[in-house]
Amino acid sequence: MTAQLPPGLQLEKVDERIMTLNVGPQHPGSGHMRLIVQVDGDYIVACDPDPGYVHRGEEKMAEYRNYITNIPHLERPVIHDSCNILYPYCLAVEEILGLEVPERAKYVRVIASELNRCVYTMYWLAIYGIFLGHSTMFMWPAGDRELLIDLLEKITGARVTHAYFVPGGIRNDLPANFEDVCLRQVNYFEKRIKEYADIFYDNPILISRTENTGILSRQDAIRLGTTGSVLRASGVDFDIRKKEPYDVYENLDFQTNVLQSGDSYARSKIPWLDMLESCRIIRDALKKMPKSGAVRVKLKPNPKGGDVEVYRRVESGRGALGMHVISKSKPEPYRVKISVGSFRNLICMPYLLRGEKLGNMPAVYWSLNYWPVEADR
Amino acid sequence: MSVIAPKFRLGYFIKSLLDNIFWAVVLLTLVGIPAIQILLFYADLPIINGTLLTPFLAFTWMADPSRSIPLIKALMQTDFFRIAAFPGFGFAALLAAGTIFVERKMLAKLQLRVGPFYCGKVEGILQLMSDGIKLLTKEIIIPAKADKPIFWVAPLLFVGTAAAFVSLIPVAPGWVVADIDVGLLAVFAIIGFFPIITVLASWSANSKYPFIGGIRALHQMISFEIPLILSLLGVVILTGTLNLSEIVESQSTYWWIAFLPIGAIVFFTAMLAELERIPFDLPEAESEIVAGWLTEFSGMMYGLVQLGSYVKLYAFAALFVVLFLGGWQGPMLWPPFPEEIINEGITMGPVNAQIPGLPLFSQEMLNGTLWFILKTVAVIFFILLPRGVFPRIRIDLLLHVGWYRLIGLSFVNIFIALGLLYAGVLGPEGIL
Repeated sequence: MTAQLPPGLQLEKVDERIMTLNVGPQHPGSGHMRLIVQVDGDYIVACDPDPGYVHRGEEKMAEYRNYITNIPHLERPVIHDSCNILYPYCLAVEEILGLEVPERAKYVRVIASELNRCVYTMYWLAIYGIFLGHSTMFMWPAGDRELLIDLLEKITGARVTHAYFVPGGIRNDLPANFEDVCLRQVNYFEKRIKEYADIFYDNPILISRTENTGILSRQDAIRLGTTGSVLRASGVDFDIRKKEPYDVYENLDFQTNVLQSGDSYARSKIPWLDMLESCRIIRDALKKMPKSGAVRVKLKPNPKGGDVEVYRRVESGRGALGMHVISKSKPEPYRVKISVGSFRNLICMPYLLRGEKLGNMPAVYWSLNYWPVEADR
Repeated sequence: MSVIAPKFRLGYFIKSLLDNIFWAVVLLTLVGIPAIQILLFYADLPIINGTLLTPFLAFTWMADPSRSIPLIKALMQTDFFRIAAFPGFGFAALLAAGTIFVERKMLAKLQLRVGPFYCGKVEGILQLMSDGIKLLTKEIIIPAKADKPIFWVAPLLFVGTAAAFVSLIPVAPGWVVADIDVGLLAVFAIIGFFPIITVLASWSANSKYPFIGGIRALHQMISFEIPLILSLLGVVILTGTLNLSEIVESQSTYWWIAFLPIGAIVFFTAMLAELERIPFDLPEAESEIVAGWLTEFSGMMYGLVQLGSYVKLYAFAALFVVLFLGGWQGPMLWPPFPEEIINEGITMGPVNAQIPGLPLFSQEMLNGTLWFILKTVAVIFFILLPRGVFPRIRIDLLLHVGWYRLIGLSFVNIFIALGLLYAGVLGPEGIL
């Protein structure tokens, strides 16, 4: 076609039928990242996720600060889940410095990290709701999340960036009468999130939109290295709290949730089931927790480790979250490598979106339980 | 509740009122009265009935109800009033504004939040006005490669088409802008314009997301127009007319929703899709294609499209009321106008004012309008409700619903209507 089209009738690459869409970073359905999506009509031909817009160099920053001053900035990648991202760091540093955590502190850590997992998951669920055009599902979790944020504020003094875990225990003990307040709030929270089934998970339109979309088979899930809810939605029973229990998780009564279908619906339902399980864990931990005792080991100023390297991982809201800390007999760590579940789950996105419809993109994208800021670190 | 609103203080309110009055009086004495007096030097004042018309006399003329009410009545019988104000665009725009307010507050209550709160002292009732002023003052940005004439004219066409739709709706007996015998056919013709305007708007923007949104809108509207039209055939079969006023009058004993519930359901669903409301808001799906075919509109162009879409919402709800819920029909609720005022006038102290031209509207018209508004608001409520309950549907499921379910159901509806007609139950010679 050689004739020049008049202005207004030119669209890029109409001849090739393939149109390239830059979904993000200024797109309401992208988050802090970009998806380069090629569409043929309403079908996605290829999808290339392009993270890195919020890279902050946390790992390099950690090499210039000592073990204690690393705490506040290491939680920045995912401030809604800050207890869980500090958890592996504290476990690793405790092993390097040879610290024995008091029993009460272990239980308080479990309670705080489960509360934080729920806070994160509620935020994730709110965004999943609005991505599917369900505005009530945005408002309800965003409001009910406040219950647990209030609890965390009582414990730690901050609403989101808690900086609560320190090597050797926790920063401060629980406030007086915390057990009763926590039990009441958590029971009410559990009642509320059970109502979400009526409006969201049992909604026929939601089921028709997310079922059989973006199916990740069991083999692919293992081969692509996904973790957390994505892996459990594909039928792999893998939860680090069960498989490699840390702190007191082996004493607590809970189960892992596994769904077999591996589609977007299962991936969106697993975190919700995990929240119900978290409520059980919190109640159990409150029951079994020692009522008094030390919560923190006294540390020397500027502690030094030996020539060791330690890798510890925990189950965060987005899957396995590991920290590899290398110590070279100095007050500062030689290297801190953060290995996050978000990035591992992002890897499978191009495979899932190929051949899907454009309307399925938000449903598949956000069901991967992916947090862009955490993936960029 | 974390929202902290400024408390309403009566003292401050009275003080602000007094301030305004003070400045009005000062400006009037210093500027207004001298200006009027200077102007009066140059103006020839008319002489009426042998008396010179002074400004004071002119004010008394304007304030005299026995003179002004016949004028108002004459104005209300003009075509301009019908087109611009009462059954036409002004009435529809007012109801559309009310719809936006109700939508915001109702969704807020459903979603455990407060909604508009600050503008207009009472529950944010003036929020829409402030939004309108904001849109008016915003810059209008046109994409560089857009086809500018078409892009400019698309929002105006959208509002114009919605207004044309409104003009066919009979609100009360005799109160309709265009009372034509092919009313329903004209409605279909106007509905057929919307996809064309949508495609014009999206294509002329010459941008990717509007293009995808426009194509989606085209798919959606074309595939839902067929069940929309088919679902109304039942009503036409039973009434034997296309005139909307006659269709309303045929429902004086029974509403057609009692005999054709399937048709009503199909029409309602197809209506949601035509209006691009959730769960069928694919052409504006924000998480997929930013704002769909509205992406490149800015400032008042966007405001016009929003106005048009809410006027369209009112028109569709009114059409549902007219066809299935009996239009203006309903028991007489409005009290009759007191006879003694028409016959003897109003006596206020020593003065007796004879006011010809009263009442302005007949009792039947006011009662019909009341019932029409009540039913329309109820239907609008059910159009708004899915937004709080449903997520967005996907395009293939949408087309599946349109082509397989709704068209089949509307044929079932037609067979029900034909059965009722030939069994002699309903229709021109029916027993009911």
